[in-house]
Amino acid sequence: MHELAPALKPYFNEETTEDILVIEGTHAASHAARLARVQAISAYPITPQTSIVELLSEMCATGDLDAQFIKVESEHSALACLVGAASAGARCFTATSSQGLLLMHEIIHWVAAARLPIVMVNVNRALAPPWSIWADQTDSLAQRDTGWIQFYGESNQEILDTILMAYRLAEQVMLPVMVNMDAFFLSHTAEPVALPKQELVDRFLPPYQPEFRLDVNHPRAFGGLAKPDVYMEFRYHMQQAMEEALQLWPVIAEEYKYHLGRWHGTAIESYRCEDAETILVTAGTITGTTRLVVDQYRENGVPLGLVKIRMFRPFPVEALRQALAQAQRVGVIDRNLSFGQGGIFYSELKSALYNGDHRPLLNGYVAGLGGRDVTPDVLAEIVEHLIHSETGQDLVWIGVKA
Amino acid sequence: MSQIPVSVPAQEIMGSGHVACPGCGAAMAMRNALKVLGPKTVVVIPACCWSVIDGPTPHSVVGVPVIHTAFETAAITATGVRAGLRARGEEDVNVMAWAGDGGTFDIGFQSLSGAAERNEDIIYVCYDNEAYMNTGIQRSSATPWGAWTTTTPVNNPKSRPKKNIVDALAAHHIPYIATASVAYPEDLVKKFERAKSIRGMRFIHILSPCPPGWKSVPEQSIRISRLAVKSRVFPLFEVLDGWKYRLTQDPEPVPVNEYLRLQGRFRHLTPEAIDQIQQDVDSRWNQLQQRIASSF
Ligand SMILES: Cc1ncc(C[n+]2csc(CCOP(=O)(O)OP(=O)(O)O)c2C)c(N)n1
Ligand code: SF4
Ligand SMILES: [Mg+2]
Repeated sequence: MHELAPALKPYFNEETTEDILVIEGTHAASHAARLARVQAISAYPITPQTSIVELLSEMCATGDLDAQFIKVESEHSALACLVGAASAGARCFTATSSQGLLLMHEIIHWVAAARLPIVMVNVNRALAPPWSIWADQTDSLAQRDTGWIQFYGESNQEILDTILMAYRLAEQVMLPVMVNMDAFFLSHTAEPVALPKQELVDRFLPPYQPEFRLDVNHPRAFGGLAKPDVYMEFRYHMQQAMEEALQLWPVIAEEYKYHLGRWHGTAIESYRCEDAETILVTAGTITGTTRLVVDQYRENGVPLGLVKIRMFRPFPVEALRQALAQAQRVGVIDRNLSFGQGGIFYSELKSALYNGDHRPLLNGYVAGLGGRDVTPDVLAEIVEHLIHSETGQDLVWIGVKA
Repeated sequence: MSQIPVSVPAQEIMGSGHVACPGCGAAMAMRNALKVLGPKTVVVIPACCWSVIDGPTPHSVVGVPVIHTAFETAAITATGVRAGLRARGEEDVNVMAWAGDGGTFDIGFQSLSGAAERNEDIIYVCYDNEAYMNTGIQRSSATPWGAWTTTTPVNNPKSRPKKNIVDALAAHHIPYIATASVAYPEDLVKKFERAKSIRGMRFIHILSPCPPGWKSVPEQSIRISRLAVKSRVFPLFEVLDGWKYRLTQDPEPVPVNEYLRLQGRFRHLTPEAIDQIQQDVDSRWNQLQQRIASSF
């Protein structure tokens, strides 16, 4: 292993690390799939996801990864292919982005309801028209009600670690997981990433052994017609699994830390929230810039904090209520939009707080759609607006040109 | 040409208790297919009558593992099942996609074409009842010219010919294509045996009588199927590697009206329209003969 710069040492645990590579988010995802020893991959190219599957193709070609790679004719088929492969009992991986994710929509529901623990990486990219390839989370948030567990990542390392943890979670609760990364800000930005040692990953993530699968020795039918007297229970059990996932996630994060030495928080991460009167809530790469802005305000004596949402489904209601229990003002920054409503994380948080004991002033900021930069200056504008707000505002547009 | 003597295997994989209508060709076809393929088979069923025929959850009459899947995904889900089994080291299993004409000719055509082009190692069976029966008899691109359906009413019947799915599949150069009929079970069995012995993409097109959709009498399903072959509306043949054509049955021909007149869906046709159908059938038969002649 390379000699580590002293500043990096606490983050990259030498004992658990095989190698440190300076790689883009897409390649961090490919390495995670390799380390998870996925057995079946099916995908279709779309910018900015392509390099994920290109590297996986290479890994399969060189034998670094022993997986079936089915190169299909559409994203819809990519996911439908994995419905078959996962039902046969294989650990499956796919990756897509924006239009590709939307094309999958019917099968996205299907995978969850079939209780297939597939892990998918989605590169959050804006939706057309007009064509855009840049960061925007509306694509994955539009899959909110499909029954997939969803994560949003801030760094390439977090993406890699989250994918490995995602398989553990998915296979334990039998729900699929979508790991999201912002287009270009992560997908095409090279960062140092520690690749964990394979034997430690194997200890953390044992082979997939489904209880039920397509098995000629035990013939069963999956997904046949369910009459009203049984259908509802299928949905009840999915919700139960979601609730279980929420309980299990911190345990899996602890185990990951134990085996692999890294920790990114649980469903959320609070940053400098002790005594914070004002708190910003973010998801994705805006978080990194927000940390910087929080530090700057803190230096000037302003008690500003940050809550980063990692897990969007199941929505961590209790964790968020606790994290915001002392806050007077909370501003949610959304790089996404539900037309006719507003920022999606905002409206989720608002409904989470409604039945809680404490309802701070709450503002929803929509910023950075279609990859527009959310710079420290833009964030400072948001902080100033929030600090000077008298009442909560559902939708505040940031940086829209007149 | 004389018939190759084969018998229908005695083994029954499919159980009793299916919920198809009386006289349903799709149910008979599955029973015969599984007699050949045997217990080491996985069946993939997209949305179609067979999503219902198999019985309500958790019942299943098929007798082998079944995965129900989205309407347009029979071929690709089967592809995935094959990949998943391979990943687990299970090589000696038949993976059979079993779809209707809508799931094959129309909405599932893209993923079928993709799987065929990649020569996926699956058996794809289309039971063709020439309309969307599950949703109540709407036209598909497999509905023949002149036929009534609920979306092609008698005063405006289907005005385009049936899509030639065998030609479309042949254009993908897959190793094996066959047409089959429930009225010729030995021929059908032989084709499934051949398909079973070949690796890669295999496509079997079965004309599948449907009494409610064809406005026919359930007891006459086999007779109608036999007349489809005799009238040369639905010839029985094979295509190897996309270009080698071989007729497998050549019974004494009968006029198309023998076939049409037993089905209410053609009752509105004028004598001129029936002549038109006869001409189309004759010219397609001639084309098939030419292909057979230039095949070997
Ligand atoms: C995406 C989608 N569109 C429409 C349907 C409704 N649908 C279910 S089965 C069916 C028709 C099936 O026709 P075919 O494939 O010919 O099979 P058949 O019912 O005739 O056996 C339709 C339109 C569906 N399930 N999914
Ligand atoms: S409607 Fe037709 S295809 Fe469907 S079950 Fe009845 S007979 Fe069979
Ligand atoms: Mg049909």
